[in-house]
Amino acid sequence: MLYVVQLVVYGIVLGSIISLGAIGVSLVYGILGFSHFAHGDMMTFGAYFGFFAIATLGFPLPLALLFAVAATAILALVIDRLIYRKLRKATPIIMLISTIGVSFMLQSAAQIIWGSDNQVYQQGIVLPYKFLGLRLQPVELFIIIGSIVLVVLLHLFLHSTKIGKAMRAMADNVSLSQITGINTELVVIWTWIIAGTLAAAAGVFLAADTQLNPRIGFNLLLPIFAAAILGGIGDLYGAIIGGIIIGIVQEVSTIVIDPGYKPAVGFVIMVVMLIVRPYGIMGGKR
Amino acid sequence: MHLTGLVSYLIFFFSMAGIYAVLALGLNVQWGYTGETNIGVAGFFAIGAYATAMLTTPHSTEYFGGFNMPFIVGVLGAIVACAVIALVIGLITLKLRGDYLAIATIGIAETLRLYLTNATSVTGGVRGIAGIPQPLSKLIPGGASLTFLLLVVVTVAIVYLASQRLYRSPWVRVLRAIRSNEDAVLASGKNVLRFRIESFVVGSVVMGIAGALYATFTRFISPEAFDPIYGTFLVWVMLIAGGSGNNFGAVGGAVIIWAVWSATDYVTSLLPTAWDTRAAAMRIFLIGLLLEVILILRPQGIFPERPPKPIGGEGPPSLRTATPEDTAEEN
Repeated sequence: MLYVVQLVVYGIVLGSIISLGAIGVSLVYGILGFSHFAHGDMMTFGAYFGFFAIATLGFPLPLALLFAVAATAILALVIDRLIYRKLRKATPIIMLISTIGVSFMLQSAAQIIWGSDNQVYQQGIVLPYKFLGLRLQPVELFIIIGSIVLVVLLHLFLHSTKIGKAMRAMADNVSLSQITGINTELVVIWTWIIAGTLAAAAGVFLAADTQLNPRIGFNLLLPIFAAAILGGIGDLYGAIIGGIIIGIVQEVSTIVIDPGYKPAVGFVIMVVMLIVRPYGIMGGKR
Repeated sequence: MHLTGLVSYLIFFFSMAGIYAVLALGLNVQWGYTGETNIGVAGFFAIGAYATAMLTTPHSTEYFGGFNMPFIVGVLGAIVACAVIALVIGLITLKLRGDYLAIATIGIAETLRLYLTNATSVTGGVRGIAGIPQPLSKLIPGGASLTFLLLVVVTVAIVYLASQRLYRSPWVRVLRAIRSNEDAVLASGKNVLRFRIESFVVGSVVMGIAGALYATFTRFISPEAFDPIYGTFLVWVMLIAGGSGNNFGAVGGAVIIWAVWSATDYVTSLLPTAWDTRAAAMRIFLIGLLLEVILILRPQGIFPERPPKPIGGEGPPSLRTATPEDTAEEN
């Protein structure tokens, strides 16, 4: 029983990471109107920016996280400026195909720049915290707290700032927000800054918890989309719940299923959802 | 010696280009005709290849099958397996938005790859299946690869002609109408879901045939061959570069992009040996860049779709659909 609770704890850690990715995917879908398949690879770049800050600049993990966030937000803006902006009049499906192209470009670029070997943020063994017989690595506590802080900040941003309200308006109805004089280009820029920030955090957390390689983010793309769809794509709070559920189920499933199939578990949940309740637990965008 | 090397390279080149042409023709039925985003091409390619391998190899204890059947039974097995799986996926996802189909097909292809890798007793795992017999290999003595190229060319020709014939059929007319305006097709009383499932199944079956060809071409298959980059991404670039909706474009795109892909192999081989591991990544980067350039500068592709002319010309003005200008005049 304790073992199951331990797996649930690991699931919450993984779920926090998946949630951050799923919020980004959901945000881009809700505001810009397309599925961003390059999101996992944006996470990969965030993770490598963090690695650069730690290994080359000698930053501690929290500072490396800030560095990765800034660099990934800039990367997201550059990709938008060079590619997505030129396709803004294209259909959502053409956009989707374009994001797949970007996904492969980012993945191979990461491989060209940093090589395909596994790398780690931190060498050596760190003693875990022990609480009621449960174990938790300090970095895992950092991931959970960091994710909560980011989600609270995002909530405050979307509800208290003018640009945040404009973003919610645009997610609701694009043409109506243009009529009311909302600067939609500015909203697009802020959407990418936030999506880049969350992707960077998810990437750094993932790399800090496991190992870093060019496929780290792409391998998480399926669970991320499963979480976004589970929560009802376009619904940010649904994405958080979806992410935690997928994370826990993936970890706990290792008791009964070969761990080799772990990435497929989230997908199977998604397929069941598509049959039973196609628009997510929270309703979501159609 | 130099010449025979060139000839055998050309045979290899066109055999692979032909197999990719079949894949692109299959995707054209789904994406080009109906607008269905199957991002799991590699999955159906793999199903076709493994079905053929299991049916045609001699008996083995390493994996499921080894039924020692003739090639044609392998192809039929590939067709049936792909049809059944496409039907199940289609029933679940095709009534939803295109995005869901995209993510579901990626998921199926990736899950299948996990299965191929992990279910060692059924699929041979990472060791794959070897010793797949090549059909007609004794037809021309010493010319097995040439005979195989002929088989590929004949298959491409058959699939191409069938797709061209289909393109002028009422069936594809409905598919193209669904692609442009699904609601209008619904309103005119067509069973849109059924047409979409049919198109998905037909396209997937064609991909399965490509898988059957591939398995007998390489004579060895393993999960690695069905990586999303080779099995799915290249095929999409081929179809979009060639011209979505145009069968000639699908075949032409396959040959052109396969030539570009092979050329990048040559270019990256000129890099210093320390860059060897990075060369493959560089090729993928270039193909991705090419896709973005095409999408931005020439989204209709090299050979744009040329829809058939309506029978009997334009018809009397009263029968034409009202354009916004017409309505403006009436007001």
